[in-house]
Amino acid sequence: MNAHLSGILFQLFQSLLVVLIAPLLLGWVNQCRAWLQNRTGAGVLQPYRTLRKLFHKDAVVADNASPLFRVTPYILFACMWLAAGVVPVLATDLPYSPAADVIALVGIFALARVFIALAAMDIGTSFGTLGARREMLIAFLAEPALLMVFFTASLISHSTQLPTIVEALAHKDFALYPSMAFAAIAFVMILLAENARIPVDNPTTHLELTMIHEAMILEYSARHLALIEWASSIKLLAYTTIGIALFVPYGIAEAGNWAALPLALVALGVKLVAAGAGLALLETISAKMRIFRAPEFLGTAFLLAVLGMLIHFLLGA
Amino acid sequence: MSSLLPLDFAGGVIVYWLALGMLSLLLGGAPKFITQIIFPAGALGALALAATGLLALGQAPNVAVLPLGLPDLPFHLRLDALSAFFLMLLGAAGFAISIYGAGYFRHMEGRTLALLALQYHVFMASMALVLLADDAYLFMVAWESMALSSYFLVTTDHKIPEIRKAGYLYLLIAHVGAISILLAFGVMQGGHGNAAYTFAAMREANLTSFWASVTFLLALFGFGAKAGLLPVHVWLPEAHPAAPSPVSAMMSGIMLKTAIYGILRVTFDFLDAQIWWWGVLALTLGLITALFGVMFAAVQADMKRLLAYSSIENIGILLVGIGLAILFHAYHKDALAALALTAVLYHALNHAFFKSLLFLGTGSVLHATGERNLGRLGGLIRRMPWVATLVLVGTLAIAGLPPLNGFVSEWLLLQAFLLTPDLPQPYLNMLIPVATAAIALAAALAAYVMVKFYGIVFLGQPRDEKLKDAHDAGWWERAGLAWLALGCVLLGLFPVQVILQLDHVTQALTGDTLGSTAAQTGWLFLTPIAPERASYSPLFFLLVILAVLLVTFLAVRRFYHGRLRRGPAWDCGFPEQTPRMQDTAEGFGQPIRQIFEVFFLIEREVPSPFDRAPRYHGRTEDKLWYGLYLPIAKLMDKISALIGILQHGRIHLYLMYSFVTLLVLLVFVRW
Repeated sequence: MNAHLSGILFQLFQSLLVVLIAPLLLGWVNQCRAWLQNRTGAGVLQPYRTLRKLFHKDAVVADNASPLFRVTPYILFACMWLAAGVVPVLATDLPYSPAADVIALVGIFALARVFIALAAMDIGTSFGTLGARREMLIAFLAEPALLMVFFTASLISHSTQLPTIVEALAHKDFALYPSMAFAAIAFVMILLAENARIPVDNPTTHLELTMIHEAMILEYSARHLALIEWASSIKLLAYTTIGIALFVPYGIAEAGNWAALPLALVALGVKLVAAGAGLALLETISAKMRIFRAPEFLGTAFLLAVLGMLIHFLLGA
Repeated sequence: MSSLLPLDFAGGVIVYWLALGMLSLLLGGAPKFITQIIFPAGALGALALAATGLLALGQAPNVAVLPLGLPDLPFHLRLDALSAFFLMLLGAAGFAISIYGAGYFRHMEGRTLALLALQYHVFMASMALVLLADDAYLFMVAWESMALSSYFLVTTDHKIPEIRKAGYLYLLIAHVGAISILLAFGVMQGGHGNAAYTFAAMREANLTSFWASVTFLLALFGFGAKAGLLPVHVWLPEAHPAAPSPVSAMMSGIMLKTAIYGILRVTFDFLDAQIWWWGVLALTLGLITALFGVMFAAVQADMKRLLAYSSIENIGILLVGIGLAILFHAYHKDALAALALTAVLYHALNHAFFKSLLFLGTGSVLHATGERNLGRLGGLIRRMPWVATLVLVGTLAIAGLPPLNGFVSEWLLLQAFLLTPDLPQPYLNMLIPVATAAIALAAALAAYVMVKFYGIVFLGQPRDEKLKDAHDAGWWERAGLAWLALGCVLLGLFPVQVILQLDHVTQALTGDTLGSTAAQTGWLFLTPIAPERASYSPLFFLLVILAVLLVTFLAVRRFYHGRLRRGPAWDCGFPEQTPRMQDTAEGFGQPIRQIFEVFFLIEREVPSPFDRAPRYHGRTEDKLWYGLYLPIAKLMDKISALIGILQHGRIHLYLMYSFVTLLVLLVFVRW
């Protein structure tokens, strides 16, 4: 019972931590980008300031908005929070994880995406539907690719439970699995696409012809926009931690081992800093693609992920 | 017989439906009576049938021989777990459709309505009879009356030439399929002394692997023609939109499942699924069908055609599951076969609920607006909040999103795929990743299709003036939709309970079950293999989402404020917004059309830039129609022209033909 309670406490701690530090990761990525582009940057705390500003403003909602439009930011936020709670970030002892395995995790992301796409179509503006269409276009290739990445890891660890996968992968000797190498490349491409980063989308653009995610949320303001922005940063953090959990799980605290937690915290911090800097670098050195090229980019990711799975079947590794 | 068996109840419901049909024909002049009394009464019969099916799931098979049929060929009935499951499906979905029908058909004229009510109840009764038949003779009679009654239902608006054409195509393919099924029964009967054509005899038949494969192929083709399997799918997108919406719902939600029942009955019950390449064939065909269906659904502009193509996709997914089950069963991995089969049965039940819901939803939209074309709809969530909300449940369910029902069956199917490394065939193991990827792609595209469907019909601004007068559905219709939506939610939230019921069917077909392992960590968590291998808890999932939602909402209110202003849409500051600037159905499907261009036959007319009255026109069609069907039709025309040479209309020539035939036969027999 005691172990049970501590598990629940830990789950709550991780969920809160993830939600609170998510904007920090985004701030770090933006700051790195600024440095790489020879700008001073606004500091790593800027996303928090933006959120506070947005929460204080009066919301303006279009005349013809339906309840779906108003409830979507909350659903989005809840879904992302849930996703971040499922991924083993610090330790593999998560009581919530039996409720949702990797397939359900992909399902949570899909649920959030369908709601935001529907909300974008709700007002009936040209940009809204354009954004929804493009988002679904990106998604229908990125989602199966993500599933294939997960399946490669599942086949190695004989499980679709994230904690079990991570434990299995963390216990293996440090060796490069050929299948996981393919999966890792595919995963990075999916991460870029799903989080609306360059080269697929540009999170800072408001140029009509190129925007995807921004086009969908054009009509949102104030607290609704704040929730969406916050959810996006949690999503970025969730994807980053998924990548860490799958490809560099070393240092994570195993079930029941509380003494390892401080070390796990430090390890996570280092990995996140490195991942954020890497993401910024990747974004700085690549140029935004034309939207018509995005299917090719994601098709490549999809094929790489399938190839990874195939290699696992061929080589058994 | 001392006490009443479930079979008696089921038979009673069939007779009751037939009687209702007759009664409505007698009362042709009283449309009010038919809609207010006959349809609800029929719905009660369906509810009774669903209860009977549920009750019969756990019982030993009931059998009966009816004193009907031909001399020496009486009708045999049998109610076992497989029949019981599909009867339950028929009853549960049929109940909602009949309730809905009570409201939907209220504007029809007396005579047409009476005929429709007759055909409708005959249709339901013959579907139930198909599921209960225990000999080939009764099965074919029921199968044909199902085809005929549904043909008449499809051609309800027979004054429109397109609808007559759709009906003809449907009838034609239904009969090609029926012949194939008849031949399959013939092969299974072959070699037996008695000519009773009972299913009991077919179960005992020891076919060589060659003849067993012939039977499997014939059955797959025959039932596939009814299910809408590629390449015999062409009738489906024509017939479903032509029929009145409750009939479309019944055909798509229930009738397609009778074909799945047929495939399961023949493959597992009669042939015991012994040969592995059957599984590969079913898997491949299923994948092609699923991808084809969803791709075409994405480019449709007619909402009912879109749903019809989506049905093709779902049938493909069902067949993929059947293929996996055959593979596992052929390699004696019965626990895994049970998992794959559970996924199939679960998905069949789910599809009955959400597809009926969506088709009925389009019926309400059609009633309110008179419009099926997506390009002229939009914004209906504000005019028809009830229908929009209930259809949203179906949309999310069919898109395979947790925590609704569509996700559970897809989850089970993917779990089955992840267990294929246990198969002893290395070549198969290489195919499986590709198949998994294809099924994941189909599922993701389904979400695209459903966002398009819901977003264009219910969201945005109305694309047409007349939509301003759209009204919400009546109470009968709402009740029917609500029942189905509730089913989608409950089937999604309580998978362990559902699987425990499905166990009776998998036990009968594969000799193994899933329930005992699935429920090992309690009813809250679904763990099909082992808790550390995979688990999923939709209820827990939903509760956490709701809790987070509530906490977030209250926190935002508590720490900030709830101030809200209404204003015109911003749209990047662009002032002149018209509804025509939203995506049309074609526009939303354009990326899919472009990516998968090779699979479509695309015709475009793009005017020159100097054209003073430019007209844009585009058409996307099925290549198979031109590549396969028209050549066959032309060939048939040629052959009939050749046969026409024999026809002179002179009686003495015909007499001579008979005489010559007789002589030839005599020589042949004597020899």
